[in-house]
Amino acid sequence: MIGNFAYAGIWVLVAIGFVVITFFFARLIRPQRPNPTKSRNYECGEFPLSDSHLQYNVKYYLFALIFVIFDVEVVFLFPWAAVFRALGLFAFIEMLVFLAILIFGLIYAWKKKALQWV
Amino acid sequence: MGLAVFYILAAVILVSALFVVTLRNIFHSALMLIVCFFGVAGLYASLNADFLAAVQVLIYVGAVTILIIFAVMVTHQLSGKKIRQYNDQPVPAGLIIISLFLLFVVSLSKTGFEVVKSISSSPTVEGIGKALMTSYVLPFEVVSIVLLVALIGAIVIARKD
Repeated sequence: MIGNFAYAGIWVLVAIGFVVITFFFARLIRPQRPNPTKSRNYECGEFPLSDSHLQYNVKYYLFALIFVIFDVEVVFLFPWAAVFRALGLFAFIEMLVFLAILIFGLIYAWKKKALQWV
Repeated sequence: MGLAVFYILAAVILVSALFVVTLRNIFHSALMLIVCFFGVAGLYASLNADFLAAVQVLIYVGAVTILIIFAVMVTHQLSGKKIRQYNDQPVPAGLIIISLFLLFVVSLSKTGFEVVKSISSSPTVEGIGKALMTSYVLPFEVVSIVLLVALIGAIVIARKD
């Protein structure tokens, strides 16, 4: 068990090291001649309309909230997935009830056009 | 080995938490918060609490920081700007923090913490799943109703129609 996490830890170190080493060598060998055009934000080749740190529409926050709800739902799916083969039909129906209740929320969000892109 | 891992993780958590409160750009603070949460997940993992570690990554790293970053992005004057952190009342704040610190030191030193001899190294997910599906069925289903209420409440508050 702890061994599996040790593997994960090694991969975390490899991932961090990969980024650090790549950036280090890139800085070492690349030429550095910045000019205003080069360091401008890239907006698909067009002239950028604004700073990249513009204020986003507050409606996007709703997507984040809905995402968080279903993220919490997924947390409960994991322990269920680990045992549902052993517990059989009963656990399956329990999870169906759990999901059905949340599907109502999804339908409500849909009907209220909360899922519509703005 | 275990102790070394703990000290490394604790250092990661403390340093990133310090950056969260000291960085001038609030977006960078939010990014350092992700590192801090990952460190806490590592602590859970090193204590064999595998489910808790996964939940920490899913909920805190995945969801809570998303909410914070969205909040920064939709808030005018916050995103990408360097803001001075206001400290108008340093003396009362310092006094309160020192007394709180002393309180923590006293209460922590007076509490006898039981040391667990050995922690079971088997995965905890099956046990949690079995408990949720058998003895705690009702709380489990109530969770989905709570989530439903949260979802509907968020939509009702966010959309004023």
